[in-house]
Amino acid sequence: MSQDFRLDNIGMVNRKKKISFTFNGKKYFGYEGDTIASALIANGVHLVGRSFKYHRPRGFFGVGVDEPYAILQLERNNERDPNIRATEQEIFEGLEVKSVNCWPSVNFDIGAINNFLKMFFPAGFYYKTFMWPPSFWYKIYEPFIRMAAGFGEASIKHDKERYEHKYEYCDLLITGSGPSGLASAYAAAKNGARVILAEDKPRYGGSLLSSDVNIGNQTGAEWSEKIITELKSMSNVIVKNRSQVFGYYDHNMLVMSERISDHLPKTQKYLPKQRLWYIRAKEVLISSGSIERPLVFGNNDTPGVMLSSAAKEYIKVYGVLVGKKPLIFTNNDSGYETAIEFKKNGVNPLILDTRKEPSSDIITEAKNLGIEIKYSYVVVAAKGYKKVKSADIAKISDNKKDLSNIENIECDCICVSGFWTPSIHLASQSGNKSEFNEKIDAFIPKKSKQKENTIGSANGKFTLEETINEAFNKGYEVSNKITENNNKVSIPTVVEKKSSEHDKFWCVPLPKGKSYKRFLDFQNDVAVTDIELALREGFRSIEHVKRYTTLGMATDQGKTSNLNGLQLVSDIENKVVPQVGHTTFRPPYTPVSIGAIVGREVGKHSKPTRKSPMHEWHEKNNAVFVDAGVWLRPRYYKQGNETLFEASKREAKNVRKNVGVCDVTTLGKIDVKGPDAAEFLNRVYTNAWLKLPVGKARYGVMLREDGIVMDDGTTTRISENHYHMTTTTAQAANVLSHLEYYLQLVWPELNVNVVSTTEQWAGAAIAGPNSRALLMKLFPNTDVSNEALPFMGYKEADLFGIPAKIYRISFSGELAYEVNVESDYGNFMWEKIIEVGKEFQIQAYGTEALSTLRIEMGHVAGSELDGRTIPHDTSLEGLVSKKKDFIGKRSLSRSAFTKPDREKIVGVVPLDKTTSIPEGSYIVKDPKAKLPNPKLGHVSASCWSVEYDNPFSLAIIKDGKNMIGQKLFAMSPLKNKTIPVEIVSSHYVDPEGKRVRA
Amino acid sequence: MLYIFCPHCGSRSQNEFAYGGDATVKRPELNKEISDQEWNNFVYLRKSPRGKHLELWHHISGCRQWIKVERDTSTHEIFKTYKADELTE
Repeated sequence: MSQDFRLDNIGMVNRKKKISFTFNGKKYFGYEGDTIASALIANGVHLVGRSFKYHRPRGFFGVGVDEPYAILQLERNNERDPNIRATEQEIFEGLEVKSVNCWPSVNFDIGAINNFLKMFFPAGFYYKTFMWPPSFWYKIYEPFIRMAAGFGEASIKHDKERYEHKYEYCDLLITGSGPSGLASAYAAAKNGARVILAEDKPRYGGSLLSSDVNIGNQTGAEWSEKIITELKSMSNVIVKNRSQVFGYYDHNMLVMSERISDHLPKTQKYLPKQRLWYIRAKEVLISSGSIERPLVFGNNDTPGVMLSSAAKEYIKVYGVLVGKKPLIFTNNDSGYETAIEFKKNGVNPLILDTRKEPSSDIITEAKNLGIEIKYSYVVVAAKGYKKVKSADIAKISDNKKDLSNIENIECDCICVSGFWTPSIHLASQSGNKSEFNEKIDAFIPKKSKQKENTIGSANGKFTLEETINEAFNKGYEVSNKITENNNKVSIPTVVEKKSSEHDKFWCVPLPKGKSYKRFLDFQNDVAVTDIELALREGFRSIEHVKRYTTLGMATDQGKTSNLNGLQLVSDIENKVVPQVGHTTFRPPYTPVSIGAIVGREVGKHSKPTRKSPMHEWHEKNNAVFVDAGVWLRPRYYKQGNETLFEASKREAKNVRKNVGVCDVTTLGKIDVKGPDAAEFLNRVYTNAWLKLPVGKARYGVMLREDGIVMDDGTTTRISENHYHMTTTTAQAANVLSHLEYYLQLVWPELNVNVVSTTEQWAGAAIAGPNSRALLMKLFPNTDVSNEALPFMGYKEADLFGIPAKIYRISFSGELAYEVNVESDYGNFMWEKIIEVGKEFQIQAYGTEALSTLRIEMGHVAGSELDGRTIPHDTSLEGLVSKKKDFIGKRSLSRSAFTKPDREKIVGVVPLDKTTSIPEGSYIVKDPKAKLPNPKLGHVSASCWSVEYDNPFSLAIIKDGKNMIGQKLFAMSPLKNKTIPVEIVSSHYVDPEGKRVRA
Repeated sequence: MLYIFCPHCGSRSQNEFAYGGDATVKRPELNKEISDQEWNNFVYLRKSPRGKHLELWHHISGCRQWIKVERDTSTHEIFKTYKADELTE
């Protein structure tokens, strides 16, 4: 199978390796090293998509990141990838790509009707149409627009590929391996700097690969090969291809996305698909080059119209002709270089130069080769629908306003060059305010904001000699600031053809009586008329014009359209471009896949998973786990076909009747040590701590400075200057930070140290009337009688040879103990408790049963201490000392916190004793009251009371104390339930607290 | 991502730190009678300057020390960092 547009003796693709792929279901082949674009062009395929708004046929426009047209959908290894640029994606065996934004096919696209309805799609049509009738929006307009919009479909399947993040530090990051990047990297590396050189393409060398120049007696391509080989061999240099530095952030941090496996049929073992690099660079050299600017003329979006530099690169790098009857339309010498390459490969181009009488080395060479050139000539309009077939060309007057001698000539591609636009995106992102350079009609970076310098054509230097000299000097200068090695390399001599100045002309006027669409933004279908309309409608700021017309807002971010848009606005407004200004450049420079941004923090890996030392036992015993912060805790232990409700009821009942054991390892634990520890606790907690004796525990509540309860827990005095503090599972980290804040910043005079010991201790809560009997068997050598170990007592004991700590504290409201051992012995302790507890009918219980037990006892937890309640609201006012000061005390005397009808915790029982009250329900007086129904408060926690065998809830309601005994209603609009209830005391079971002291 | 110099550990990325707000706020002394207004100012009122701001950062994934950082709120430039007990200029 021959390829009609492939050249035999030129290009860098591997002719020995044929690769087949399918495009829109049809099989094609290319060579290793081809992109989808080069392989399709070699096969004569130019129609690859449809435009966004008008569904006009789309071909190829560029050869790299600037490509606005050839956006495809890719299938690789059963994964779908949208928004793939055909000019960047390399082909591999079995690759499947298809066109987007067209239906049923790219050749016959129904949506193309929009092209004939274009009078209905002017700038801002989103804001003008689809307004009436309003009811049509949800059902008709929006679904229709959604169906019509977008470039491809994202996969809804889980992405099985691996993406990685990497952090790297270097002296010098260089973004782009064109002539300036290579030269500066070489100079800096030879001077001992740690260099990272990033290239977004697979091949290094940038423009050197396709230009006819000579450096140090070598061709550009040979020289770049030599330099890159040497750089790769140096240990202080990291060289990365297929890597785009897309964002410049604060303090010289840049982010680069490396496409490691996108060009391979399958991701290799042990390698990720893509890797995101966070690079902290001491200095940055931005050598991102420049992008050719299009010229604007009628139907300039027809497939076959493309940038002249792209046509040249397709010949030189891929050995592919974009056409066999090329028309070159240029306002500068770059177009001649392309024409010369065509000519050298046996194709006769015709050059239309907008300039009147230019002369330079390059023009002379073109003439000598016998290339036909027409001066003061322009393309008026391209002709042809799915591919350029001919062009109307005309002579243009000296003032560039009038056209004459319009004629139609046959051609199969139009290569345009409207001079060059420096890629200042990264410099601009770093905070560098750019300035307009009249000589090149474009913006270049001004004063460095962060530690960045821009070099080469990105800095508006368009001759190779200037570029190479600047790059070698900057590379040395910047590296020497860091290394001080003073090791300067000699700069090679550069031979290049002299070129002449470009013509300040960029938009061809319309001939009389013609209304060709002249496009500025090729991806979002923004034409000259759209900008004119926006200005007529009163939009002035370039930022507003951009958003109204969507100029430069497509996935290519206006890489080829921005400057022409600015030129047009300034022409109409009779301003100069710097007065109009430019829109803001924001990262990312090119689209980045969500996978790369997320990295490995996906699913289970999105946060760490912490497991207690007893986790394996729980698993073996059919525990169903629940996330508690980052911890996994058993919610219930399933027996047979039990539901959550049945299992938790069984477990809770067993605690009330016999004895249960619960894994409480996850509770936050903080060691508080030092001579001033008692004084410190006295300031942190609301209650008094100075007189707590050694060997005793106390329940405490701590507030924030605004008076809201921050956390609660028990703290035990282990020895004179040593306290063991416990916090809730969720607040453990915040409490530690809180304590450190006061110790380090507010009261540095206190001699106290705090450290987290959460993971050092494994904990088991043993609760129920049989718990003491069990403890006596577990600790036969320790006196655990009520006298020796009373409620809130503490003892150190020996658990079958393991040192253990026994705290007589209770969350369940039963006679209960918490046993702590060092984490490594956690499982041993647990198994002993289960084994010895058998004769007492012990059962493990999970968080659901734990909740039931604490709710019916009226003990508060996270759902009551929700960041909105003060001690009074949760009936903890008895713990607030009136005598001493503590964190947050002054706030408690604020008027809102002392109102007599302030919210208070109560119990809620449904009148029918069977209907469970959904958590979050409102408590109201009259369920039929006019909306918004004044609510008294909300239900914070619900359970099925195992003591009374009916539903029971806690609620925090206005004037709760005086509401007890009243019949009210619990309303849940979410569950659409209204339940008549009675308000009771929050202490539903054992209100006197006899059991814990038994 | 900012690059913050911790006076105890050296330069570290922002994701090792937690932000702690205005470092010039001084907590009223314990057991001191103060007006509602003064207390309100301490608990709730903060300046939000454009420009230099002395603020607290907690090196939460590092040495766990609270430090003071002088930062420009609009440019993110960090001028100087101090230990918790160091006097600021």
